[in-house]
Order: sequence, then structure tokens, then C-alpha cells
Amino acid sequence: MIEVRELTKFFGAVRAVDRASLSVLRGEVVGLLGPNGSGKTTLMRILTGFFPPTSGSARIDGLDVQTHSLAVRRKVGYVPEQVVLYPELPVRRFLRFAADVKGVPRGRCAGAIAEVMAACGLEEMARRPIRKLSRGYRQRVAIAQALLNDPEVLILDEPTVGLDPRQTVEVRSLIRTLAGRCTVLLSTHILPEASMLCGRVIIIDRGRIVAEDTAAGLARRVEGVARTALRIAGSRREIVAALEGVPGVDRVEAAEEGAVADAATARFIVVSREADPVRQEIAARVVGRGWGLLELRPLEPSLEELFVRLLGSERRGTGDA
Amino acid sequence: MRNVLAVFRKELRSYFASPLIYVVAAAFSALCGYYFYTDLLHFITFGFGINIMENFWQLLFLDIRKFLLFCVPFITMRLFAEEKRLGTIELLFTYPLRDGEIFLGKFLAAVVAVVTLLAPTLVYPFLLNQVQPYPMLPVFTGYLGLLLLAVVFVSCGMFISALTESQVVAGVVTGGILFGLWAVSWNEAAVDPQRLQAVRAISMFDHFHGFSIGLIDLRDVAYFAFTVLLFTHLTFRALEARTWRGRR
Repeated sequence: MIEVRELTKFFGAVRAVDRASLSVLRGEVVGLLGPNGSGKTTLMRILTGFFPPTSGSARIDGLDVQTHSLAVRRKVGYVPEQVVLYPELPVRRFLRFAADVKGVPRGRCAGAIAEVMAACGLEEMARRPIRKLSRGYRQRVAIAQALLNDPEVLILDEPTVGLDPRQTVEVRSLIRTLAGRCTVLLSTHILPEASMLCGRVIIIDRGRIVAEDTAAGLARRVEGVARTALRIAGSRREIVAALEGVPGVDRVEAAEEGAVADAATARFIVVSREADPVRQEIAARVVGRGWGLLELRPLEPSLEELFVRLLGSERRGTGDA
Repeated sequence: MRNVLAVFRKELRSYFASPLIYVVAAAFSALCGYYFYTDLLHFITFGFGINIMENFWQLLFLDIRKFLLFCVPFITMRLFAEEKRLGTIELLFTYPLRDGEIFLGKFLAAVVAVVTLLAPTLVYPFLLNQVQPYPMLPVFTGYLGLLLLAVVFVSCGMFISALTESQVVAGVVTGGILFGLWAVSWNEAAVDPQRLQAVRAISMFDHFHGFSIGLIDLRDVAYFAFTVLLFTHLTFRALEARTWRGRR
């Protein structure tokens, strides 16, 4: 459904996308995972015809995004990263505009708009001007407009960024309901989000595609690292020694938050291969030594961690060859 | 056509949802009303109430022309600059819309907005006709001239708005260009006679003189048409510019 071949985009001397190739099959939900500034948005803007690539090609449903721009744009629903819609238009009016320009048959407009508003939970907001909506509702309006005219491909750029936790959950479940209806390419810099929503994940860094994996494979890659944040009252040196002595612990990092290094309590991040048994053992030992266990918190595997592993293994790979 | 209409309706809605147009329209109406009054006084005291076209309407049209110059930039400055600043341009350009459809929808909406500024002044000719009947057709020629002038102003403002993200910059530059095209023939005495012809030819306002006394000169119409086409062409190039970055 989406075919990208050797796509490169320069902004001046900056190479925003560097010979990226990827393909997405019909009906797949694929995540584009990468840190901020890695070229996700640029890649998506090329796919949606916002600007052309410097070189390489991108096809959607067999149509080149440059030579058949209008036809491609008819097939694609797009939610840009910055969800700024026309602030003065009421929700329904804006959706009517979107339905008109997307060529929803005139007779079907009202029905199509009602449908996407119901799908996105916007019925009560129909008459409210967009500028008076919360961030979460604006995101829903943005998704609603993308769904109009039943697009074959849905491109979502960081659909949950800037939302509060409840809104994030809502938007994620909304995306999950779309999975069967169309091909979805979504970008994110949140690792668990990618593995939660996507069947397949493409990892992009500095414009280059560095890895591609199934969500399960990705989870496996990260599985090997569990990170635990600790705050313990006691002697720092003794604590480090004790933590390093726990079986399964790879590394103990001192985590100082801000400039205030409280003499009595110390913060650590423990990196281990296993999660729960190690945490259990740490708690037992800390309490056993009579230190105060003030905090023990599992950290979500970070994207940085994954990158270190991916790029590390890549480097090893080239070393072997 | 449906796409043009959709963009047109959206733009019109945006115009009338913001307080700016009401402020501009109020200022425009107040100025026009005041000059209607003073020009009428002038007509009665110095023009002895004869030859209404030259002694009254021409003065008033030339005054309205000035107010248009100052008001139109406020109307056109938002056309593209606002969308660029907000980021909605990304939405617009990724919808299945041709640049021409976007252009036409916005252009028509801006022209309609300017016409709503002008419309209340249409009361004047009828008001005067109630007091003292006179041939009205030349007056409507003057209005046709104002409309053509407004279309030129809008096309210029649209082009400038397509170049920048800042509405203020768009407004000021548009005002500057329009003012320049007016001022270029002010100091006629200082221009040597050979060049005076050329200066008069490009002065947007000299081409309005005929209309203001009820004359339609095809050369003036051609000048306005050419200017609109020129700015339209430039606007299309400015819209295209988004595809130029990163080209090899």
C-alpha cells in the first residue's frame, strides 16, 4: 500500500531523510519510531504530498506521490503533528469543509460527518468553535477530519503527543478501532506506544531507517533491560556496593535530579536483565540493612536504551562482517 | 467548483468570525461618511451645485480610493500568512485541492469582504437622487472603477501574504506597495517629460481617474487586468515555492 524507495530529503545542507526505504501492506498498522528530529515528520509530509522529496520515490496504492499528488491526497487521511485547526470554525462546520474538499458525495456529507463525530466522540462538541476545545478534543477533531471519505491510508504524526494520560488512552483506543478499517502509518517517540498499537515497527534515527521489527520482536529486544528507579536513605557508597551485589543487576547509575544532592538520601537507577525478582531482592536487602527504602519505581524502557542496543548490535554486525 | 466554494465559505466564515473586519468596516464607513459630507459641502459652496460628476463624485471617489488603500491590506494580510503561522496550511496543502482552487476560493472571499466595506456607500447616490435627481449611470461607472481597483489591491495583498508568515509584515508591505504605486506620480513636476508618460502608466491611481468621472477607458481596464494577472502569477509561484526547498 505504501512503497518508499531510497527517499532522501535535504533542507539546505541538512539531510532530514536519508535513503529511507519501507513498505506497508494493505491493512497493516505500522509505527514509525524515532526520537524527535529523526525525520518522521519529514517522511510523512512527503507521503502526504506537502512537499516533494529531493530524490527517491514514494508510492501510495501504486501512485507516485509527486506525479499523482491529487489522486494520492484523495486516498490519504492525515493528522499533522501540530494539531492546529481553523480556530474560529465550529467543529461541524470544519468537518463540512473537510468533507467538501475531500469529495464526499454531497448527499452523504451529513451522514459521513455524523459517523466520524460518533467514532471520535465529538457529538456534544458539534457547535463549539475549535479554539474553545481542549487539546484532547482538538486531536479528536483532527482524527475525525482524517477519517472523512474513508481513506485507504491513514497517516498519523505523533497522535498522542501533548495529551494528558486519560486523553492519551482515549486516542490510543480510538486508533486501535481503526486498525481493521484502513492501512495506518503512525509516528511516535514513545516506545511502549509503538509496541502497543502497531503490528510492525520501523525505527528511524537521523533520517535513516535503522531497524524494522514486529511489535513482539521489539518487546523482546527491550525485554532484556529492566530499569528501576530507587531512592534510599543511607550511605551512598555502601548502597551502591549492596545493589551491585544483587544477582542479575547489570549496572547501578547514580541519578541526581537537579543540583540538590540530599546528603541523607540518594537516587539510583538500577539496570538489570530481569525485572521483578531483582526488584524483590533489592527491596529485601535494603530493608535488611536497615536503610530507608523511600522509593522503588519501575521505569519504562526508554527509546534511548533501545537505540543503544540497536546501534550497538548494528556496529557489532558490521564488525563481524 | 465545489472545492472553490468550500474554501470560499471557510474563508468568509473566518473573516466574519473575527472582530477585525468589523473594526475596519466601521473605520471605513466613518471616513467615507465624513468625506461624503465635506465633499457635498464643497460641491454646494465652491461647485455652485453644478456638474455633480466632476465637482462632487470625482472628489468622493478619489477619497474612497485612499481609504481602500489603507483598509484592503487589513483584509488581505491574513489570507496565507495566518495559515502559515497557525500551521493549517499543512492541512490545506495535503487536502486534495489544487493550488488554483485554494487561490480562487481565498481571492473571491477577500473580494467579497472588500465589497462589504464598499456596499454601504451605495446609499449615497440614491440619497442624493432623492434630494435632486441626476444621471446616475456615470456614478456606477465610478463604482465599477472602485471594484476593479479593489480587485487589484486584493491580488497584490494576496501575493504578499503568500510570501510571509507574519500578518503584520504582509499588511505593511502590501500597504507600502499600494502607496508606492499611488505616490509614484505625485511629484509630476520633478519628472522629466519623457519619463512622465511611463510613470503615469504604472501609477495605479492615474488609471482610476477616468472611472471617477464616469469614463471607461479600455486602456485602464487592460491595466487593471494585467496587474491582477501579474500578481496572480506571482502568487502561484509563491505557493509553489514550498516544493522548491531541497530540490536538486
